Amino acid sequence: MSADNKTSEPLFSKKNKKLITDPLTDNNPVTIQVLGICSALAITVQVSQAIVMSLSVLFVIIMGNLIVSLLRNLIPSRIRIIVQLLVVASLVIIVDQVLAAFQPDLSAKLSVFVGLIITNCIIMGRLEAFAMANKPWPSILDGLGNGLGYGAILILVAVFRELFGSGTLMGIPIFGNSLPGEESGLYTIGYQNNNLMILPPMALIITGIIIWVQRARNKALIEEH
Amino acid sequence: MESTLDIFVKAIFSENMIFAYFLGMCSYLAVSKTVKTAVGLGAAVIFVLTVTVPVNYLLENYVLKEGALGWIDEEYAELDLSFLSFIMFIAVVASIVQLVEMLVEKFAPALYGALGIFLPLIAVNCSILGGALFMAERQYSTILDATAFSIGSGIGWFIAIVAIAAIREKLRYSNVPGPLRGLGITFIVTGLMGIAFMSFMGIKYGKEASSEEAEPITTMLDTNQEININ
Repeated sequence: MSADNKTSEPLFSKKNKKLITDPLTDNNPVTIQVLGICSALAITVQVSQAIVMSLSVLFVIIMGNLIVSLLRNLIPSRIRIIVQLLVVASLVIIVDQVLAAFQPDLSAKLSVFVGLIITNCIIMGRLEAFAMANKPWPSILDGLGNGLGYGAILILVAVFRELFGSGTLMGIPIFGNSLPGEESGLYTIGYQNNNLMILPPMALIITGIIIWVQRARNKALIEEH
Repeated sequence: MESTLDIFVKAIFSENMIFAYFLGMCSYLAVSKTVKTAVGLGAAVIFVLTVTVPVNYLLENYVLKEGALGWIDEEYAELDLSFLSFIMFIAVVASIVQLVEMLVEKFAPALYGALGIFLPLIAVNCSILGGALFMAERQYSTILDATAFSIGSGIGWFIAIVAIAAIREKLRYSNVPGPLRGLGITFIVTGLMGIAFMSFMGIKYGKEASSEEAEPITTMLDTNQEININ
């Protein structure tokens, strides 16, 4: 780090590091800025879906931030939203085609939610608020930080929902075999999967509880009403 | 096949955009502080959905789908442009939203002032693009069905945002634990409303067999039945 500090703008200066770490905790895009919940919660039934979704969003947000940041002086401000949408839509098409080619099963399960990355408010929000006003390198870091912050919440919710809803993680049974007639592990002593966890509303309630825990730990984040 | 009325009712209740698919959550959470603005945004969403989905339906069926270009000439009949659908749908949505924005600014300046920056953001409201993508995925057979779906989804979204806005207005006077105030309690209330809306899933729509969209529910019911039988 000391060698880096001598250059005028070190690659990982304190300011740049903050760009990555802030969205992971006190400025999380999902729990604090309330963005990107749209397409996020519907695909948190399984951890594997959540991971694929996070990676897709990470790719789109980093590339989108980079491209918009490079173009920022060329885009007329009146049509900037449409330009941003087109950049994001092209990137999402790439993601969708790659998924459909190499992971057809997952692609079918995610269905329209890959397309909905286009309207993911985090991406538009970061393009509008950060990439339009900053140089390419900080924009990449900002995209990385926000993508990771989004992915962290997504995977956290998915872990709870898959573990308690289906008794598995990444498809691997954790509590033993739950099939009626051939139970093993916890199921032999009467443990039941909580089917409520698989249903859509539980994603919201779990996210609400995550927000509760986070704000209880950091009082500065509490809203006035 | 489902009748048009079934599609309409289903889109409002059991396949509600917010409670079943979480589409448009960003503006749902941001603009639901008072009923008045919620009504405005909800109406804008109904309008934009009603206009964009049929336009996108025509686009999908006469330009993008495999073989859809056959009406121009035989030689185009094999083209499959569906990989372009994302970019085409979002372009249509963005331009129509721009139009609505100009109309509202001209004819309802008070509403325009109240909605502020959220009107341009309807373009990035997931429920609008989601409506178009669901329409493409479900392959509605006529434009009437697609329109019924879009109006139903819009009304469902409207009901959801007005209901949560009314609840949040009341919540302001109640003693919510500090860390839950604002966002947290809104999430949990939305979850509870979602559970309430799920009761509509029990309604039997026409002669419909088990539907694919309600997958989590059907799997749940299936496992329960298996357990009962055994």
